[in-house]
Amino acid sequence: MNGMLKGTGSIRWRLIVQLLSGAAILTIILILIVRSFAQQLAEQSQDNILNASLTAILDASSIQQGELTVDIPYSAFSMLSNLSNDRVFYRIDQDGAFLTGYADLPKPKLRATTDTPAFMTSTYQDIEIRMVTATRLLALEGRPIELQASIAQSRNGQAKTLAEISNMVMLFGSGFFVISAIIALLAAQSTVGPLKRLAASVSRRGPHDLRPVTASVPEEMAPLVQSLNQFIQRLDTSLTRSEDFIAEAAHRVRTPLAIVRAQAEITLRRVDKDENRATLKEMIRAIDDSSRAAGQLLDHAMVTFRTDHLERSKIDLGALVGETVDRLQAVATLKDIVFTYAEIDPTQIFGDAILIQNAVQNLLDNAIKYSPVESDISVELTVEAPWVTLSICDQGLGFPKTGAERLTERFARGDNVSGIVGSGLGLTIVDEVIQAHSGNLIISNNPNGVGACVSISFPSS
Amino acid sequence: MRLNILSIVLTLAGLSAAAPSLSFEIERQKSFTSNSIEPEILRIISTADIELFAPLITGFQASNPKVTVNYHEVSSTELMRALQDEKAPYDIAVSSAMDLQTKLANDGLALAHSSVATTLLPGWGKWHDYVFAFTQEPATIVISTKDFGDLPLPKTRQDLISILRDHPDRFRGRVGTYDVRSSGLGYLFATQDARTSETFWRLAEVMGNLDIQLYCCSGAMIDDVSSGKIAVAYNVLGSYAMARRDAQDTIRIIAPQDFTTVMMRTVLIPTTSQQPAIASEFVDHLIQAAWDENSSTSDYPFPTINRNPAASDTSLRPIRMGPGLLVYLDKLKKRRFINEWENAILQP
Repeated sequence: MNGMLKGTGSIRWRLIVQLLSGAAILTIILILIVRSFAQQLAEQSQDNILNASLTAILDASSIQQGELTVDIPYSAFSMLSNLSNDRVFYRIDQDGAFLTGYADLPKPKLRATTDTPAFMTSTYQDIEIRMVTATRLLALEGRPIELQASIAQSRNGQAKTLAEISNMVMLFGSGFFVISAIIALLAAQSTVGPLKRLAASVSRRGPHDLRPVTASVPEEMAPLVQSLNQFIQRLDTSLTRSEDFIAEAAHRVRTPLAIVRAQAEITLRRVDKDENRATLKEMIRAIDDSSRAAGQLLDHAMVTFRTDHLERSKIDLGALVGETVDRLQAVATLKDIVFTYAEIDPTQIFGDAILIQNAVQNLLDNAIKYSPVESDISVELTVEAPWVTLSICDQGLGFPKTGAERLTERFARGDNVSGIVGSGLGLTIVDEVIQAHSGNLIISNNPNGVGACVSISFPSS
Repeated sequence: MRLNILSIVLTLAGLSAAAPSLSFEIERQKSFTSNSIEPEILRIISTADIELFAPLITGFQASNPKVTVNYHEVSSTELMRALQDEKAPYDIAVSSAMDLQTKLANDGLALAHSSVATTLLPGWGKWHDYVFAFTQEPATIVISTKDFGDLPLPKTRQDLISILRDHPDRFRGRVGTYDVRSSGLGYLFATQDARTSETFWRLAEVMGNLDIQLYCCSGAMIDDVSSGKIAVAYNVLGSYAMARRDAQDTIRIIAPQDFTTVMMRTVLIPTTSQQPAIASEFVDHLIQAAWDENSSTSDYPFPTINRNPAASDTSLRPIRMGPGLLVYLDKLKKRRFINEWENAILQP
């Protein structure tokens, strides 16, 4: 009934994994975006400076005395100075022919015009360079000449800036991810929390607690709780129905059985033949057995019902035990059994008087039933705060050495009592009553000799 | 510590003493040999006078006794040719021509170097991890005390122009400066002067009018002023002039107050170096000698470095290292500048 249910994956882990992978993807996207943005910015600023430098060079070119001069301004190069190891290269062409600078500097891939400079990333002297090229038209003796200038710079500074930004971004990204992870864990925890609380509140319930769950739960769990409550309701109804059925059946069987027994008794008196008498006695015995079983089934149904709806009140356990002993005195006398019972001071406990009386009666019935003729049954009530304990010991067969713990289950009987009429419900009833009162039931064999001892204890009020 | 360096062989070689495979011109060379059995060779190509530079080498050998140093003294243009065109296998290049050193580094002919020592340098004392300054040497006017006996000492270029104009007969043929066509340092000084002030061109005109004498080097100019052959030398390395103790009575060194160009001698490790590790140590040695205030500067033959030149004297104009220096090395720009210079200086 309580078998381990095999789960298919955990909601919490699924949530954590989903949230974390979301955070990871966001982090990576963030890092990529910021890096590419930074790269663009760094390239842009280098391009701007290169362009300014190039403009200064082209502005300084002129025709003087019928000759082209390019007077590179000092500032054109010094503005390229920065804190990194960046090197500067340039090249100036006149009508496609090399004029000055670095002759082996690569040519621009795109054709530059006067208005739009051409930018290019390339390799020169085994290093990566960024180059900008532009042209300017001049008139020499009425004939146009085209001046093309390129200026290039290595990209160490840019790489350094980028590396710094990348490190920063990685740091930010990691921080972002860590915070997201913490939030994901908390979110998963808070999502699973109500589920866990519901499970705990249901599993904390006693075995007969079939009340509907009323704890407040999140909206999403309401259908589950509703179904659970409906299920509990159906279970309760079906249990009640079967208990009712048993009680009804037992009740209906008891009366005819009493009639049959009475008829059998009458017949027994009339019959003289030994073998017929034996048969009738056997019949009466079987009827007694059935009648007793029916009685106990009724008792059990009553106990089951009342344990769910305890009617607690203050009761004097001493007086209650005394009354029950007195009532059974007659039956005991038939077997010459003597109760040794010292009435003690009033002992108050808090409980359902009918149930407790039923339990005590069952215990005393059992003791009488399993006691040999001419023996003693000791009934003892002790108070040892916070417990009030009633011990009943007989001088009978005692409990079997094995399987004694199963005797509180329904219809279980000791394997050494097959010759004695019994239903196997007596100790079950006692156990249920004791549990309903948060008490203890201890069954053992008499340590001082033969016979069985049963102790029940209740919390003293 | 036991020094075992000490067989220093001084070889003053003739003009044609260079190895046959090399077509650049070595003026003088000297080997500072180690008497270790298997010495390691450090080849230095430098524009600095051997005698002036020697203490830095012996100081280095004191802590690196296994290193033999071969020192080749060349002009700055020859240094450029050796490293750029010939790819000659030198481990250290020392030059006063900051623009040419910067160009070597910019063109990828220098090895990057960074160490604890290089952090001693301020930002303006190095060009990234390639070129390191280890001196501060002003361009000065050197005059002969005899010839200026009755004249006020010129404090600025303006003063010098006035004096030269007022006494053309006294100074005709007795004014000297660098020939910028052959001297890299002279070209650097002249271009920086031209960049800073128009006064330079007027001074050039005046000097050109007086049948100017042109020199390859500061040493020769100081010699001639000292001997009385010329009366004024313009743009002479102050450090060389101050080092000439024998001439202190006959010459006066003037740092012009309108502006004094300050050159920084620089060192770099060429990519052709076969001993980059030793070269790095040598560079660190130079930097420490120059910049480390706690080091014993007994073997540092140059004027003490001023870490904050602009604040202490507003007339000081240290040449800034950077790509700007490449501008005057442009073929067209250089041709134009030399044309103008020739027009001003070489008057018929």
